[in-house]
Amino acid sequence: MSQSPQNSPNPRPLDKRMSAAEVVAQLEDGMTIGIGGWATRRKPMALVREILKSDLKDLTIVSYGGPDVGMLCAAGKVKKLVFAFVSLDHYPLEPHFRAARQAGAIEVFEVDEGLFHWGLRAAAMDLPFLPTRIGIGTDLLTQKGFEFKMVKSPYADGEEFVAMPALKLDVALIHAQQSDEKGNLLVTSPDPLFDELFARAAPVCYASVDRIVSTADLDIEKNARFTLVERARITGVVHAPFGAHPTSSAPEYHLDLKHLKTYVDSAASPEAWADYRKSFVDVSAEDYLANVGGADTINALPRPVY
Amino acid sequence: MTDYSLAELVIVACAQAWKDDGELMATGIGPLPRLGTALAKVLYNPALQTTDGECYYGDEPVPPGKRTGPVVYEGHANYDRVFTALWGGRRHAMVGPVQFDRFGQANISVIGDHQKPKSAMLGARGFPGNSVTHPNSFFFPNHNKRALVEGEVDFVCMAGYNPARYVGGKPPKGLDLRIIVTNLCVMDFGGPDHQVRVVSLHPGVTFEEVQENTGFPLARIADDIPTTPAPTEEELAQIARLDPNNVRATVFKDNPPGVRS
Repeated sequence: MSQSPQNSPNPRPLDKRMSAAEVVAQLEDGMTIGIGGWATRRKPMALVREILKSDLKDLTIVSYGGPDVGMLCAAGKVKKLVFAFVSLDHYPLEPHFRAARQAGAIEVFEVDEGLFHWGLRAAAMDLPFLPTRIGIGTDLLTQKGFEFKMVKSPYADGEEFVAMPALKLDVALIHAQQSDEKGNLLVTSPDPLFDELFARAAPVCYASVDRIVSTADLDIEKNARFTLVERARITGVVHAPFGAHPTSSAPEYHLDLKHLKTYVDSAASPEAWADYRKSFVDVSAEDYLANVGGADTINALPRPVY
Repeated sequence: MTDYSLAELVIVACAQAWKDDGELMATGIGPLPRLGTALAKVLYNPALQTTDGECYYGDEPVPPGKRTGPVVYEGHANYDRVFTALWGGRRHAMVGPVQFDRFGQANISVIGDHQKPKSAMLGARGFPGNSVTHPNSFFFPNHNKRALVEGEVDFVCMAGYNPARYVGGKPPKGLDLRIIVTNLCVMDFGGPDHQVRVVSLHPGVTFEEVQENTGFPLARIADDIPTTPAPTEEELAQIARLDPNNVRATVFKDNPPGVRS
C-alpha cells in the first residue's frame, strides 16, 4: 500500500529496514568487511550466516574475532584476515580459524587490540595513519604481507613512532539491541565495544537488531548514553531477534556455551561441519531459532563468568 | 609447620608483584595470578583496582569461577577505557605466555612460521601494547624449555630487552618487566644487562634443576639463593576466602604440596 509521492504533502518517511538477504545482496566479492562485537560478544551472527549462504568470495575480514571469523573461514569466504585475536573466550582457541591458519589458507595482517582500535579510529577520522608506540620491539612490525612505516615526532622530543595505517572498510556489520526504523541504535550492553568506530570506518554500515521499536519508545532522554552513533552512519537495519546468537547480546541474552560446544565440535571433520551447516546455517531464521532450542531457551541462558 | 599447596605458595609469590605499585589496575591472567592480585589488594595494597574479568572494577576482588555471592562494583572497565587507561601506564599485568625467551620477549600467537603456522594460537591480543606502556610480570605453570625457550620466541608479541629490536638504540619507552613466577622458582630481570636471574627457589628445588629446565643461561641473586617464603596463616586464610570455589587446586596436576615430599 505505497503512497503516491505526487499526492503526498510530505516526502516518504525515512525507513531503513531491510532483510538479511537484502543486506548481503549489496555486498560484493573482494570487499573489505568490518564485523563489530568482540570474540563472543554481540556479533552480527544472523548477517554472518547469511553471507555463508551466499556466493560471496575473496573477502577481507576485519574483526575482533570470534565465531564470525571461524565460520567465514570454514565456509571458504576469507581471502585475508585483519585481526588481533580470534577466540571463543571460554574455548580460547577458535578451531576453524586455527585450521585455516595452519593450512596457510588465508592471508593475515596481525595487529594488537589497541592498534586495531587505532586503525579504525584513523579511518573514522579520515587520516592515513595514527602514531603509536604499540608494535615497537615486536614481530608485528616484521611480519610478511605488510610493511609498517615509522614516523618521527616533528616536535622537540623527536621520538619515532609506529604509523598505524587506517583500517578503511567497504562495509561494517554490527549488532545492536534496539533500533527505530530510521537507524537510531541503542546498544545497552555493559560494554559498547568498538562498534561506533566500525560504523565510522565504513561508508556503509548495516546493523542487525533484536528489536525495532518506535522512535518514542527508544526513550532517548533516558537512554542517550546507550546510543551508538548518529543515524546518518547507519545504512540499513535488519530485524533479527536473537541475531547475535550464539554470541551474547547482554543484558538481553547471554552467550550460549552449549551451542558454542556444538560449534567447536563441528571442526572435527568436513562431515561434522556439513552437519552443522545443515542444522544451523542453511536454514531460515525461524528454523535456526527452533534448532537452537527456541526463544525461551535463549532467554534463560545464564550470565557467563569470565 | 603449616601445610600449604604449591598453588598457594605461587599465589603469595605472585602477589608480591603488586605490593609496592600504589594505585593502579592490577590484572592477573589465569587463576593463580588473578588470586595474586586479589591477595595483594586485601593484604598489602588496598589501593589496587581489580576487575571481574568482564567489564567492571570490583569493590572487593571477584572470585575466579562461579559467583558465590553478590558483587559490589566500583567502576566501569569497558575495553575502550581499559585501552586508554593502560596507555597511560597505570596498570601492571601478570600474563602467561606460551613461549618466553632470554630477553623477556613473549609469544601467544603462533608456533612455527607466521604465514603457515604449525600451531595457530590466539593472536598477539594486547601483548604488544601492554609491553611498551605499563609494567608486566609473568607466570608459567610448567617451567620447561618448551616455555622458556632457547634463542628467540617464534613470534614476538611482547617486546623485551633485545637491543637488536630497539628503535633509536634505546629500549622502548614504557618497557618495564618485573617478576617471573613459575612452579619452580621466582625470577626477575636483575642480572647484568637485564639477564633473567633466579631470586628465590621454591622449597626443595635447586638452581641446577631450574637451569636444566630453562632454554637460556640464568643469573642468580646470590650464591646461596633464598627459599620462596612460605605463606603465613593470614595469607592462607585470605586465599581460602578469596577462592571459595577452590579453583587453585585445579592448576597443578594432583595439587601438590608446597614443600616437596
